[in-house]
Amino acid sequence: MTTINPKKLENSSNEDNGHHEDFRLFGLITFLIADGMTFAGFFAAYLTYKAVNPLPDGAIYELELPIPTINTILLLVSSATFHKAGKALFKKNNVESQKWLLITAVLGISFLICQLFEYFHLPFGLTDNLFASTFYALTGFHGLHVTLGTLMILIILWQTRIEGGRISYKNMFPFEAVELYWHFVDGIWVILFIILYLL
Amino acid sequence: MTILIDKKNQVTEKIQPKGFLRYFSFSLDHKVIGIQYLVCGFLFYLVGGTLASAIRIELTSPMSDFMPRDVYNQVLTLHGTIMIFLWIVPVVNGAFGNYLIPFYVGARDMAFPRLNAVAFWLIPPSGLMLITSYFIDGAAQAGWTAYPPLSITTPQSGQIVWILSVLLLGGSSIFGGINFIATILKLRRPGLKLMQLPMYCWAMLGTSILVVLSTPVLAGTLILLSFDIVANTGFFNPVLGGNVVVYQHLFWFYSHPAVYIMVLPAFGLVSEILPIHCRKPLFGYKTMVFSIMGIVVLGLVVWAHHMFTSGTPPWMRLFFTIATAFIAVPTGIKFFNWVATMWGGKISINSAMLFSCGFIINFVFGGITGVALAQVPFDIHVHDTYFVVAHFHYIVYGGSVFVIFSSIYHWFPKVTGKLLDEKLGILHFALTFIGFNLCFAPQHWLGLNGMPRRVAEYDPQFQFVNQISSLGALFMAISTIPFLINIFLSVKNGKKAGDNPWGALTPEWLTSSPPPVENWKGEAPLVTEPYGYGIDTTDN
Repeated sequence: MTTINPKKLENSSNEDNGHHEDFRLFGLITFLIADGMTFAGFFAAYLTYKAVNPLPDGAIYELELPIPTINTILLLVSSATFHKAGKALFKKNNVESQKWLLITAVLGISFLICQLFEYFHLPFGLTDNLFASTFYALTGFHGLHVTLGTLMILIILWQTRIEGGRISYKNMFPFEAVELYWHFVDGIWVILFIILYLL
Repeated sequence: MTILIDKKNQVTEKIQPKGFLRYFSFSLDHKVIGIQYLVCGFLFYLVGGTLASAIRIELTSPMSDFMPRDVYNQVLTLHGTIMIFLWIVPVVNGAFGNYLIPFYVGARDMAFPRLNAVAFWLIPPSGLMLITSYFIDGAAQAGWTAYPPLSITTPQSGQIVWILSVLLLGGSSIFGGINFIATILKLRRPGLKLMQLPMYCWAMLGTSILVVLSTPVLAGTLILLSFDIVANTGFFNPVLGGNVVVYQHLFWFYSHPAVYIMVLPAFGLVSEILPIHCRKPLFGYKTMVFSIMGIVVLGLVVWAHHMFTSGTPPWMRLFFTIATAFIAVPTGIKFFNWVATMWGGKISINSAMLFSCGFIINFVFGGITGVALAQVPFDIHVHDTYFVVAHFHYIVYGGSVFVIFSSIYHWFPKVTGKLLDEKLGILHFALTFIGFNLCFAPQHWLGLNGMPRRVAEYDPQFQFVNQISSLGALFMAISTIPFLINIFLSVKNGKKAGDNPWGALTPEWLTSSPPPVENWKGEAPLVTEPYGYGIDTTDN
């Protein structure tokens, strides 16, 4: 059995300057680039279909703007509230931070509810035509990201509690990671909104 | 292994089995993970090699008398998928990368050890899943490219298992790539500059960039393909208004870079091995770095040269032909750098060196046919014939696999502290080199004369040449025997190697063999000139 003394572990990886910079966020950014490439692939497929594959006559592919516009606003606001939560946490105000996080989570959930509402009221289904399939694949994949993000927000909301929580101004990484992810999902939505609904 | 985590989220204790058992544990040690990758990959190589033998046996006669046609299709699909995703990619990246990169950057482990272990442990289950699909309802039959509509119309269960398995392996690959990028860029020993790193670090950096940028696109594509199969959507199904060429574009956006994912690390490994066994500094370090990065950039914009017969418009053909031809420039620079490294050096003829030289010879041949294939008129003539099969086997077998063997001979003393037997090693090389060229060189002729690939039956006029090719495959199959005997004998009672049998200067040789947990007893050495061989003796 090998036992590694934690003190030795701490000293071992940073001999000279005593401190390694935190590269976990760097790793996360690399992952988000990879994730963004998946979306890029979907967007490329969608745009190619739009350019070269005309839909058959009578295919229904109308989208209505009000719900997605509300959704865009919801996500943009949620990014701002998340930022607020981070600022509060940095000022060691955990309760304030939790309040903002809760608002962010509620905004994320409302986004998902609106999205589901839109799904149920659209005049086309997944297999109706090529546009419909691509529409559901893209928004569904993004919705999956929002779902995961909302769950993670609820987790860090729980972990920001004052007694026994793991996240505080001393250990900001989990918070920053989820925040970065959330901004990323938000940014993807804006691109998706432009390409899918406006173009 | 158990990780005990206290309330402050710090690892307080790592309990790992010692000795042989640690290779079957969720170990976080980069050296253990590297060996896990290598041995696991080699076991899959034996499976893939058996499948290749089955293919060659089938092709000794023009009719499909050894196995039914649909079994032949399954066998060739499994062969391609296993060799690419379970042998070459995990071994040249995962195995050697995990073992060497932390040494080269002067770190005690990879940047994210737990992610690293997860990346490895995704591989055995997905590989086993892929192989078992053959016994349950039949494996995928659409080749490793899984082109629709073929992949949509062949039996579904095998294809779905194939997609799941490749998705898992792609995930493993992405995790590995993230880890390598973070380790090389962020975990370098203080004082070590990027331009002082051994070449393999640069190769792995380039490869990991390709992995991170292109693998997710394949993942997305395969998800869409699985929707086509399971949910009856029509993304790639022309009957439902879909577009098969979109699949090909997205697939090759990953799968052309995948060629560089398989071969760039091999370039890096050769660049480590040659200077040590020639006692000369690596020629043209800077040009080597720039050509690796050049290949990374160009490698991302040449994918459509696989699709010249898919109705690609003329401007696309023009662009992709020119871009592909451009790749020959950085590759040629690397080739000449290796030759110049050997030129006038004090070359020791040992198994590691022989396999590296074999690599250079095979690779330049595969490279030349590659440039030929990039030319549209020629490509249209030989598309989907055995010429293509011969070409890419010269790259992935004659290139990557030769380097894998070379690296095993080179780093075996570091991993075990014992030397491999040179006589058996040279026998292994001779059998592999002769067998390989005997097997694949005639296939160029077959392809030029129009024998299509991926078909179990062929025109009787090709029988003799096919039999020669199968004879070569037999040599290759036999060549594994001396290699395995060599490994087993040497692990048990090989000659003691000492810490640095090759007199090398790269950091992994500056510690004991086998290296201790956390790589160095004291501080990590600062190696700023990894290739400083014979610099004092040159007269100028």
